[in-house]
Amino acid sequence: MYAQMVKSEATNDDPEKLAEFQAKIDADIKIEPKDWMPQGYRKTLIRQIGQHAHSEIVGQLPEGNWITRAPTLERKAILLAKVQDEAGHGLYLYGAAETLGVSRDELTEMLLDGRMKYSSIFNYPTLNWADIGAVGWLVDGAAIMNQVPLQRTSYGPYSRAMIRICKEESFHQRQGYDAIRKMAEGTPEQKKMAQDALNRFWYPSLMMFGPSDKDSVHSAQSMAWKIKINTNDELRQKFVDQTVPQAEYLGLTVPDPDLKWNEERGHYDFSEPDWSEFFDVIKGNGPCNTDRLTARNKAWDDGQWVRDGLLAHAKKKRARHLAAE
Amino acid sequence: MKNEWPLWEIFIRGQHGMSHRHVGSLHAPDAEMAIKNARDVYTRRNEGVSIWVVEANNISASSPSDKGPLYEPSESKVYRHPTFFDIPDEVGAM
Ligand SMILES: [Fe+2]
Ligand SMILES: [Fe+2]
Repeated sequence: MYAQMVKSEATNDDPEKLAEFQAKIDADIKIEPKDWMPQGYRKTLIRQIGQHAHSEIVGQLPEGNWITRAPTLERKAILLAKVQDEAGHGLYLYGAAETLGVSRDELTEMLLDGRMKYSSIFNYPTLNWADIGAVGWLVDGAAIMNQVPLQRTSYGPYSRAMIRICKEESFHQRQGYDAIRKMAEGTPEQKKMAQDALNRFWYPSLMMFGPSDKDSVHSAQSMAWKIKINTNDELRQKFVDQTVPQAEYLGLTVPDPDLKWNEERGHYDFSEPDWSEFFDVIKGNGPCNTDRLTARNKAWDDGQWVRDGLLAHAKKKRARHLAAE
Repeated sequence: MKNEWPLWEIFIRGQHGMSHRHVGSLHAPDAEMAIKNARDVYTRRNEGVSIWVVEANNISASSPSDKGPLYEPSESKVYRHPTFFDIPDEVGAM
């Protein structure tokens, strides 16, 4: 997902306090910033929310790539609004992470020097306009699958950020589907582009949910703490079941010869993505890893004088104000 | 990092006649920029008609460990609720 393979931290706390804490979580009582919490809970959340925030921010790059080249003024305004929303999502999540005792600049530094990750999906390029439709439809669609249950997560600030995000997310998926539908229903060349975009984004979208976590100790702890609500496989299956009919409506073919409805299970059977590709992308070897981090570093460095200048101005104004009193 | 902008807590009045409600936080160099940023972050879909910003370190909060001493005394004072009193039907609405 936007937060993939988040390692959960072992916890070394007073067993009595731990039991009390777990009882609160089991009773669906939200944990708030000043409440006692296990070290592992705090650290795992910082990692997970931070990774989620970084994904929102880096995720602006593949779409921002097409803002100036959108086919109409209306599409351009829509895409601009969508990308602006993603900046807001990043901000809500950084805000939630900060309540755990890490600063936003610290988180930013960890993204910029590679100590923290963002979702593998944003290391794939957006080659043409059809890709922008596919991203909204599939990537935001997959994000929604994960974010909707996270509205019920145990950590109050995280839960409230997710509620705010989910309110805005449906627009993202619908504008994407609308854009790719225009192409699927257009000229034969346009339809071909739509199919090509689906071909390239299908498996990377399935990878967003992360590898199967059936046997993972980490995810068991995170689920007990309610900072992970569903298993990766559950969400991936839900995503496939939802998306296949949407592709059929467009007259597009999901690029999986083994995809078929399983009457008995009441779900689609489908092929797993190539997990070696996923681990390779996570390691930094995807098609756009270098580009993405270079762009983020450049934006940070180029913005330094603005941040410094505004702060200097604010300090001067405050000093003048105090002198006048 | 040395020069981080301070954190501001943002409160929005959703519609006229309602109170301001806490919606989240953001970083800004001063109050004026905090209001501008809050406009962009928290009211892009008509969510507000008025914005308050407060620098986060100016907020004092009660501590979770005081929950008992602070709020338990009110639990035993049921007579503060109107339903504590039986009013005869003959008296009519009260
Ligand atoms: Fe988002
Ligand atoms: Fe989105």
